[in-house]
Formats: sequence, structure tokens, C-alpha cells
Amino acid sequence: MPVVEVSNVVKSYADKVAVSDLSFSVAQGEVFGLIGPNGAGKTTTIRMMMDIIKPDSGEVTILGEKLTEASKNRLGYLPEERGLYKDLRVIDSIVYLASLKGMDRHSAEVRADCLLNQTGMLSHKGKKIEELSRGMGQIVQFIVTIIHDPELVVLDEPFSGLDPVNTELLKGIFVDLRNQGKAVILSTHQMNQVEELCDRVLMIDNGRSVLQGSLAEIKSRYRSNSVIVDADGDLGEIPGVSRKRAHKGYLELTLEQDTTPKQVLERLVDSGVVINRFEVATPSLNEIFLKVVGKNHE
Amino acid sequence: MNKMLLVFKHEFRNTIRRKGFIVLTILPPLLVLLGIGAYNVVSGITRPPAEVTEIGYVDEAGGFDQFLDQGNISLVPFDTTEAATEALVSQEIKEYFVIPSDFIATGVIRRYTTQRELNPPAATAAAIEDFISSNLLAGKVPEATVTRIEAPLNLVTTTLTESGAVAPEQGGYTNLVIPIVFGALLAASLMFSSGYLLQGLGAEKENRLMEVLLSSVSPRQLVTGKVLGIGTAGLMQVAIWVAVAPLLLNLASSSIGGFFSAMQISPNLLGLAVVYFILGYLVFAVLSTGVAAVSSSVREAQTLASIFTLWTIAPFWLLSLIMEFPYSPAWVVLSIFPFSSPVMVILRLGLTGVPAWQLGTSIAVLVLCIFGGLVLSSKLLRTYVLMYGKRPTFGEVIRNLRRG
Repeated sequence: MPVVEVSNVVKSYADKVAVSDLSFSVAQGEVFGLIGPNGAGKTTTIRMMMDIIKPDSGEVTILGEKLTEASKNRLGYLPEERGLYKDLRVIDSIVYLASLKGMDRHSAEVRADCLLNQTGMLSHKGKKIEELSRGMGQIVQFIVTIIHDPELVVLDEPFSGLDPVNTELLKGIFVDLRNQGKAVILSTHQMNQVEELCDRVLMIDNGRSVLQGSLAEIKSRYRSNSVIVDADGDLGEIPGVSRKRAHKGYLELTLEQDTTPKQVLERLVDSGVVINRFEVATPSLNEIFLKVVGKNHE
Repeated sequence: MNKMLLVFKHEFRNTIRRKGFIVLTILPPLLVLLGIGAYNVVSGITRPPAEVTEIGYVDEAGGFDQFLDQGNISLVPFDTTEAATEALVSQEIKEYFVIPSDFIATGVIRRYTTQRELNPPAATAAAIEDFISSNLLAGKVPEATVTRIEAPLNLVTTTLTESGAVAPEQGGYTNLVIPIVFGALLAASLMFSSGYLLQGLGAEKENRLMEVLLSSVSPRQLVTGKVLGIGTAGLMQVAIWVAVAPLLLNLASSSIGGFFSAMQISPNLLGLAVVYFILGYLVFAVLSTGVAAVSSSVREAQTLASIFTLWTIAPFWLLSLIMEFPYSPAWVVLSIFPFSSPVMVILRLGLTGVPAWQLGTSIAVLVLCIFGGLVLSSKLLRTYVLMYGKRPTFGEVIRNLRRG
């Protein structure tokens, strides 16, 4: 049973279609990347999943049912637009928001201590939120998102505005969640993080799905038939190579349709050239993103 | 625990911990207590001493030799002004006065004292007046008549109802003071309570907390919990004032007396103060919810909400007119208009009374406003609470409300 099942969902505002006939599912234990340019409809999609706004048509089921007050307690949501009560103490903020997720005060306090300790924030638990730095505030928000041990965690731009140290800290917790078999939905612009953390991605643009699948499968789909070579001296004419492009420190060789990278490697070795690096060129997710989204905006 | 109750508990606890709330709750009774204390201290210092004060007099007119004891003032006759001056300088007497030979024709009494003062002390003037009139009338009219001439009348008015029975509310300034005080406290409590709600919702929107909250609770649970939590704190504040007011009035009446002993707090006023607080608060609460939903910041929300909340204190701007023309139909309109009715009704209760049909109409209008406002505010909340940045124009809001 998928943890999230979104079927043919449509949502329009006044004169704009925010989400159009969108369908996808997320399985238990999967880290799912939701990517797309600004205004693509990612946040609207997430808000419909969280039952904060209602879709005009289509259906959303979470953990096998339509979201209810009880099943909201099994979700953890870190929205992109997030904040805390400025004049409340860190521990009081965490305990109150955890209580709204069905936790009793004692369990919330024990678990808050544990997570604050894990993130190096324990000494700040008695401080007011307004006394914390922005990064510290984000860590507290992250703690609020996962304190009740949710089965599905939805993170909308979780690393934005964080310094590298705090980013690594949260990534560590993120990996823990994945290892615990939680379903995680990560919505972000940062493609390197999606490549690093996600199993499957859904790219949306103008409210529509433009790309969906496992990361490996998508990369393979967008792979150009070329190799990257860093070698000493001139390579000369190589049979089966239609084009050579020089980059800083390496050459990109575009292969003819019936030529394989293995054949090119053998030919280079046979020619006696000293090869320092040889790899099959795979496009980064960023390049695929630009290619797909760029095409839609042409 | 029900999530609405969790929000309720959180809001109630946070409100009663606010410095502003604590000060507003405690300050009015404390000020009254301080006032009573200050009166006792000041009157204790200036109160005429219990021992008898001796005042001299020189009777040049003749015949003023009786009634020398006037309460705590004892009158000492002197034959000449020189002898009286000597006694004054040597502090045997506090002061003296001369009844000139032409007193009957002129009415002039010459008074001599070593103290600089604006006016003769009231007790001294009264003692001299009574001494003069008692001596003038002695043997000419009965003693009871003398007393009546000295204090001719005590006007006691009784207001009757249309059926001729004694009205429960007797009116007058003494009975206006309590409603004015209660009206002011009610206005303050309404403005503060709805202000807290506005500030809370506005801050949750401004701080971007709303979406976190809405992923755990429904908008209905959130708003109901907040409205009831803050409202209960406000009601507790009013209840404290209602409970303390009769005690303070008793204290003022027993220690100060006079004006205060004539004051009464009618149970009707106390009951209606509570009813109008609840209804008035709910009207402003649903309005505050709508205003907070469409505003982009707390400050903007407060500015917008003041359009409605200023009506709460409008009856005080008009107070002198209300006292001068108490039966103007304008006050009936303000007693029914939902934003001004809570305070207006309380003020009018002390002045002229409010007919039952007006009370009924104003309560019905308030209840209708609460339900109508609830429907509109919920729509605004759902539509605008997660829209940040520019505030929608009035036209956009109306279009969205129509679209539902």
C-alpha cells in the first residue's frame, strides 16, 4: 500500500491553474523528491496532501485513507513558510506543537531533550525563540516536524538558509529517517540534494507532471551517448567518435550511434595514449531540470 | 485530549500570563483601594482634632452670650479686641471674631487669625453661623424651628414606575458613576481581549506558524480554541471586577461615606455586564479573525480592526451629550448598533434605564452578527490565511466571498 496516493488532482485560483491533473504515489521507506521551478505548484500540491487546502477535483489518500484529524498525527510537515512563537521558550514551543500531534507532555519533553541533545541544542532549551539565530530556529522547527515519530515526513525546502554545518547536521537526521524506513517527501530547488538523498523524483512545471521515475532511470533516459576522457597528449582521430569538445582539463567525446564506450576505451588503449580518467558521461539532475523546464518555457 | 481544548488551554494560559492582562485586571481595583486609603490618610491628617478648639469673640452688638459650645468649637467671649488679640498672640485661642455694633444692619462679622488661608475652614464658618443664628432667634421661635432655619431642607427624590410603584433604579449621579466605571472597564476588556486575538492570529500568520498549526489542527479547531481561550481569560477578568466591585463599594461607603453610601450596584447591571462582555467579545472575535486573515502583518491588522473597535469607546466621546439629552433616539440606535451596544447599554442603564425591547433587540443583533461574522471570517481565513505579502483589496475580498 502506498503511503501517499495522489490521483488526478486539480486546483485553480481565481485566474490561474496551480495544479493540473497531477498523479503520483510514494511508497513506504522511499525518499521522494518533488522538484520544479518557482510557482510550479509544489507547495500547492503539498498543502492539498496535508489537507490545508482542498483540491477542486481528484483524490488524495495518505496512509491508505483520506486525511483525518487522527491521521494528521502520523504526519510530520515542515512547510517552506515556517516559524515559531517568538516569545515562547524552545521547550514550551516544542511541547505545545507536539501535543497538537497527539503526544502527552511527558513523552514530548523526554523526546525533545533527546533531539535537542542530538542537535547540540540542549543548552538552549530554556531560551525564548527570539533569542535564537535563524539556523537554530530551523533546527527547532525540524525537531517539531519529527518529534512525534511520524510515518510520513514532508519537508519543503528544509535546508534553505542553513549554513553548511547545520545542513550536514539535518542531513544526518534525514538519513536516520530513511534508515528507519519512513516515507519522506523532499521538495526543493537544490538538485544536488535531490541527487544525494532521493530514490525517486517527480518534476512538475506549470502544475503538470513533466518527469517522473527513479533517479537512475531518469539519468539513463537523459544520458547522451558520450564519454569523458582526460589523457596525456593528442588523441588524434578515433574511429566511432563523431565530435570532440574540449573542456577545462578533459575532453568530451560524442559517440556515433552504434559505437559503445567500451569500444572507444579499447581503441584509445590500443593507440598507446596515457589515460588518466575515462567515464561515461551522465547528465546531472540540474542539467536534466534545465533541459526539461527550459523546453517547456521556450 | 481534543485539539481544540489544547489550543484553548494554550491561549488561556498565555493570555493570563501577559503583563498587560495582569495589569489591566489588578489595576482598577487596586486604584480604588489606593484611593480609599489615600482619602483616609489625607482626611486623617486634616481632620479637625478631637479636642475642643477655642475661638474668641468680641460682642460689640450685644446679646450674643448663649450657645457657646458648638460641637468641637468652644467660643470664648472677650470684652475688647485688644484683649482678644493678646489671647490670640499668646495662643490661648486659635482665632477670634468681632460682632460689630451695626451687625444687624450690615451682617458683617470681622474675623482675625494668624493663619494664611484661602477660605475660612468650613467647620469654623458653620460654628460661627450657628452661634449667630441661635443667639438671634433664642426665645423668639421654638428650638426645633431654629434647627430647621439652620438646615432648611434635605431634598429626597423617589422615582416611580409608570404603574406608580417605586422604581428599582433610582437614577441620579450616584447611580451613574458605577455604570460609567463598568462601561469603561468593559470597553477596555473588549478592546484588549479582541486585541490579543488579533495579535495572536496576526503573529501566527506573520511568523509563518499558521501552516505548521494547520498541518495538525483544522482551521475551525484553531479559531474556536483561540476565541474561547482568550475570551475565557477576558471573562475571568470581568468576573473578578464584578466580584470585587461590591466589596470595594462597601469599603468606600463605610470609610468615606457620603456620596459613596448613596451608590448602589444593581444585580441587573452586573448580569448584563457579563452578558454584553460575552456577546461583544464574540462579535469582535469573529471580526478580528477575518481582519487577521486578510492582513499581512500584525500592525496592519490592528489598524484595520480599529475601524470597528473604536466604536466601543464612542459612547464615552458622547457622554456629555448623553447626559444632557438622555432620551434622544440617537442613543437607541447606538444601543442596537452591535459595535457600540455593549458599552452604550451599560451607560444608559445608569442614566435612564433601557427598555426591555431595546435590550432584546440589541442582544438579537449581536447574536446575528456573531453567526454572520463567523461564516464570513471562516471563508476569509480559508482563502487568505496562507497568502503572504500584499493585502488583497476590498474588491478582491468581496469577489472571493461571493465566489465562496
